Amino acid sequence: MFTAIRTLFQVFLHGFRRRYTVQYPEQRRYLPPRWRGRIILSRDKKGNERCVACYLCAAACPVGCIALGATQDEHGRRYPEFFRINFSRCIFCGYCEEACPTYAIQLTPDYEMSEYQRPGMVYEKEDLLIDGEGKYKDYDFYQVAAVSIKDKGKGQGLNERPPVDVRGLLP
Amino acid sequence: MNPILFHLLTIVILLAALLTVASMLIWGERRLLALWQDRYGPNRVGPLGLGQVVADIVKILAKEDWIPPFADKAVFQIAPGVILVATMTAFAVVPFAPGLAVADVNVGLLFFLAMSSMSVYSVALAGWSSNDKYSLLGSMRAISQMVSYEVFMGLSLMGVVIQVGSFRLGDIVLAQQRLWFALPQFLGLVVFFIAGLAETRRIPYDLPEAENELVAGYHTEYSGMKFASFFLGEYVGVTLFSSLVTTLFLGGWLGPVLPPLVWFILKTVLLVCLFILVRGSLPRPRYDQLMAMGWKIMLPLSLANLLVTGAIVLAREGAR
Repeated sequence: MFTAIRTLFQVFLHGFRRRYTVQYPEQRRYLPPRWRGRIILSRDKKGNERCVACYLCAAACPVGCIALGATQDEHGRRYPEFFRINFSRCIFCGYCEEACPTYAIQLTPDYEMSEYQRPGMVYEKEDLLIDGEGKYKDYDFYQVAAVSIKDKGKGQGLNERPPVDVRGLLP
Repeated sequence: MNPILFHLLTIVILLAALLTVASMLIWGERRLLALWQDRYGPNRVGPLGLGQVVADIVKILAKEDWIPPFADKAVFQIAPGVILVATMTAFAVVPFAPGLAVADVNVGLLFFLAMSSMSVYSVALAGWSSNDKYSLLGSMRAISQMVSYEVFMGLSLMGVVIQVGSFRLGDIVLAQQRLWFALPQFLGLVVFFIAGLAETRRIPYDLPEAENELVAGYHTEYSGMKFASFFLGEYVGVTLFSSLVTTLFLGGWLGPVLPPLVWFILKTVLLVCLFILVRGSLPRPRYDQLMAMGWKIMLPLSLANLLVTGAIVLAREGAR
């Protein structure tokens, strides 16, 4: 009986406490930059697509919501012909971001992506691609990878030395 | 004014006010529970979320009114009406202000007890006619709860009746001009309040419903407006018991400065808030615990209260 009255009193006191509800559309919570929300594809500083269509994100995806097809431009630079994420399946685990060798695929602090129609949840490449670099600045995969593309031959990348002619005898 | 017209007007206004209050209580209860649980509750529709009442009613009116094929149709349809009629009829004897009652009959208290017991028929019939094991379990619990709680609910009021010497609720209020019965009849107040919780099937004693055991208890099979009338009945019942506690123990319309009706409404609203607070804080007891508390604690307490009150009243009369 005493405990019941004590409970009543304590619950009554809760009427004078702060309410924890965040009034969502008006008030918004702070989302940290690493919040795992809507997925984007980023570009490097020169404005080229970072994605090299290596399929690692699609392989890492536990729900198989990423579909892409690789193709090459005339200089041998790989890029995805199409890139499709089905956000009705995506669980926002961020494994694709971890798997990506070029920082192309990134998760952003945005979760307001409701749709009235189910097909609206499927994002194509033009929906995913953004103009900037996203979270990871100053990273250009082709500048650190020993791959020759347009404007960059072998050994011209950062921290690279010119290739050695292994058949030559000179030191 | 023509007395018949006056009475008719009182009845119509009372019914309209009761239905409004009962549907507003849906909103009030949700807001208050939210307040005590550090939330906001419905606050989007209209000012303070008051439009939620309209939204709820429109929604429930638009719902399909379905009668299961295995149910006993006639009884199934009567049951939700019984609870509304019984609880609203009981309001007829409540005096809201001096001279303002539908019928301040000389057996008002007995009439109230009879009518509030009628509401259990509704639950019993609903559970029986639904032809469903959860409903049946719910109504079985309701009946046993009524059997054990109705007894001391009546007895807890007899202390007041002994002190006043009348069953008329208007007389009971007038007898409290010097001292509210909440003090001399404190035990009676506590026991009656607990019995009221059990009678209206509110949360610590909502065993007939018991969402987490019996789906929804006796109204599992109900939908649409029939379901809503069970809820309306519950809320009217809460208002009824609050106004009864006000009348019997808290001096009814008596109070300084403010007009009598305002005092009555104020006290009743506070008690309704207490009902909601109890719902927000106490857990539901087990079936046997409920019975044990009813028969082993509440009944002896109310009997002792009755005996002591009777003895004191007799001793005073002897001294005179």
